Amino acid sequence: MAILRNRLRPFSAAHYVGLAGFVVLAACLGYGQTTNSCLDCHSALPDLLGVTQEKFSQDIHAQKGLTCVSCHGGDPTSDDPDKAMSRKAGWKGKIDHKQIPQLCGSCHSDPAYIRQFNPSLRTDQLGQYRTSVHGKRLAAGDTKVAVCTDCHSVHDLRAPNDPRSTVNPVNVANTCARCHADADYMKGYSISTDQFAKYSTSVHHQALVVRGDLSAPTCTTCHGNHGAAPPGVDKVENVCSNCHAFQAQMYEKSTHKKAFESASLPGCVVCHSNHGISHPTDAYLGTGPDAVCMRCHTPGDACDQARAGLLSSLSQLNESIKSADQILRVAESSGMEVGEARLGQDQARDSLTKARVTIHSFRTDLVDQDIQAGLKIAAKNLQAGKEAMVERNYRRLGLGISLIAIGMVLAGLRLYIKKIES
Amino acid sequence: MSFPRNVRGWLDERLEWDDLIAPLRKKAVPLHRLSYWYFLGGITLFLFVIQVLTGILLLLYYRAGANEAFESVQYIMIRVQFGWLIRSIHSWSANLMIFTAFAHMFSVLFLKAYRKPRELTWVSGVFLLFLVMGFGFSGYLLPWNTLAFFATKVGTEITGQVPVIGKPLMIFLRGGEEVTGATLTRFFGFHVAVLPGIATLLLLLHVLLVQRLGISIPPKLEVQWTANPSAKREMKFFPNFLLRELMAWYVALGVLGALAAVFPWNLGVKADPFVSAPAGIKPEWYFLFMFQTLKLIPSKVWFIDGEVLGVLAFGLVGLLWLLLPFFESDQPSHMKRWITGLSIFALAYTAGMSVYGYLAK
Repeated sequence: MAILRNRLRPFSAAHYVGLAGFVVLAACLGYGQTTNSCLDCHSALPDLLGVTQEKFSQDIHAQKGLTCVSCHGGDPTSDDPDKAMSRKAGWKGKIDHKQIPQLCGSCHSDPAYIRQFNPSLRTDQLGQYRTSVHGKRLAAGDTKVAVCTDCHSVHDLRAPNDPRSTVNPVNVANTCARCHADADYMKGYSISTDQFAKYSTSVHHQALVVRGDLSAPTCTTCHGNHGAAPPGVDKVENVCSNCHAFQAQMYEKSTHKKAFESASLPGCVVCHSNHGISHPTDAYLGTGPDAVCMRCHTPGDACDQARAGLLSSLSQLNESIKSADQILRVAESSGMEVGEARLGQDQARDSLTKARVTIHSFRTDLVDQDIQAGLKIAAKNLQAGKEAMVERNYRRLGLGISLIAIGMVLAGLRLYIKKIES
Repeated sequence: MSFPRNVRGWLDERLEWDDLIAPLRKKAVPLHRLSYWYFLGGITLFLFVIQVLTGILLLLYYRAGANEAFESVQYIMIRVQFGWLIRSIHSWSANLMIFTAFAHMFSVLFLKAYRKPRELTWVSGVFLLFLVMGFGFSGYLLPWNTLAFFATKVGTEITGQVPVIGKPLMIFLRGGEEVTGATLTRFFGFHVAVLPGIATLLLLLHVLLVQRLGISIPPKLEVQWTANPSAKREMKFFPNFLLRELMAWYVALGVLGALAAVFPWNLGVKADPFVSAPAGIKPEWYFLFMFQTLKLIPSKVWFIDGEVLGVLAFGLVGLLWLLLPFFESDQPSHMKRWITGLSIFALAYTAGMSVYGYLAK
């Protein structure tokens, strides 16, 4: 404000104040007596003070029958700005940033009140907010942290299931990034600002935003929304296991669980990272640039040998599936019916996926069970493909013989016709 | 005495066999540079017989029902000895039969063979063509695969556009509001009982009329041969023409076998009524010209719904087509030029729209 004030010369400032006053007066006089004089004037005001009827009509609160008075107080029936915005009439003015959670909570923490609009809507947001990093910092006097309106917007607040809502799952990351990706704004806080950039490259972003899979995670899925906080290092697997249940079960019983805990390493994140999780590949088990095992293990040790064995098994099954796919594709393009074997290939692929999940147990014997099951199915399908190709050749041979026989009959008929007509 | 002579003597003694085949011996086929078009009717008949025989064999294993139709055809294709061959020949033969039926119709049209006294032969032939298309439409659904399911959905929806009787007709065809297992069972009924029964009767009538009225001579030739009877050239139907027809049937059999062995008929993916229709779905090639026409008609023409207008127009054209011989003169010197023009246009339109429909996305 001080910067703004210094930039305005006295004459210009008077000019703008006069113009704004004229606009407010003209608007109030022009529209006469209405039931909501707030919008009559504020719809004509610029920027921060401006709220148009069109904008407010999009707000879920307006749609449920609430008006400006519900939050700001005052007397909307009066055309006189002094009366409408008088403290006597309960006018609160612009709500102080620090007071916003409390104001929203006055309704949203009241189950009896909320029930009349949406019985399934939770009423613990304020309580959760107070446990969040945002809430704690706000209580400590930090007014830069997010309050309700920073994430949910204000005056055009939409329900989260509205695709235009700032808190719709598809938009949540962008909303968080408004502060968390702004290095200047986050100066003074000891957290990085690359989370959004990393998340944008992740497999989760790909699933949620590109493929539109609303079950894929966004910031709030792991960090919580109203109670947003970083999951503790020792709790990471509890977060991931909400979706990746089988991997978590395997990991829970594995030797890595204890090893990571004793070294205070954050479980899943050690191999998969957090915000920038890429699609896992078998190369994780390799020794190349994407390798993850070799970041900790020593080449040649027992674990390295187990790693090499696992990688070899996965590659073997992968190759077997590809070979069967190839021959089945050729057979199918030759018109052979290989639908059953094609279906069987899905089972082989399931075994491969299962083996990749079982990797999280870090037990070669368990992984080998899945690999062997997959190899058996792939071999059967490969055999079906080979048999289909043999059958195709047999059919073509049969066709050749039949065509020769037909040709001979045609020649015989021709000769017979010649004979009877000569 | 040889065995065949013995059999013939035995038959003649009881059935007066020689009298029975006497009309065939008397029958003659006109000989001219367009005589080969006369083979088309016989080839169509041959393919119909193939359809009946392979259809009966398929019936031994096919099960009509939404839960088992696809699996039973899959079983025929994979497990039944030569099942793939029978099913592929049935499918290819169906398509070839529709093609030869169309070709036969246009040959009759261009050779002016429909004029008096052969009006009823034409009418029975056009009815047979409609029936053959009905065979194609009903048979297409029987494997219960995705393409067939949605093609039937679209096809019956078009039927529903006919004013007044459209909706009840669509419900009758579908066995309800939607295409379901009930549609499959009744299409199966139409395909193996209703249509073959009517087609057999009509076919007998058609062949009987051809036999009774003899083979038509093109008008120009008729004028020349009437003026100069010595120029008239004919071939005995039995055995000379029939032996040549037999050769044509063998060629058709070879073509069928080759198509079935090299391009076995695809089974596709089992129909799932709950998935959306595949993009760019089209009907079988013989319905493409109508489908494409309906697509090109604007949604509203004046105050009439475009699709309704299209369906009504096709109905009217079908009726006029059926009655075409009654507009024609029986005198070679008074042949209607507009009918020849219309025939050329109809052929060009049908072929052009089919190609356009095939290429269109």
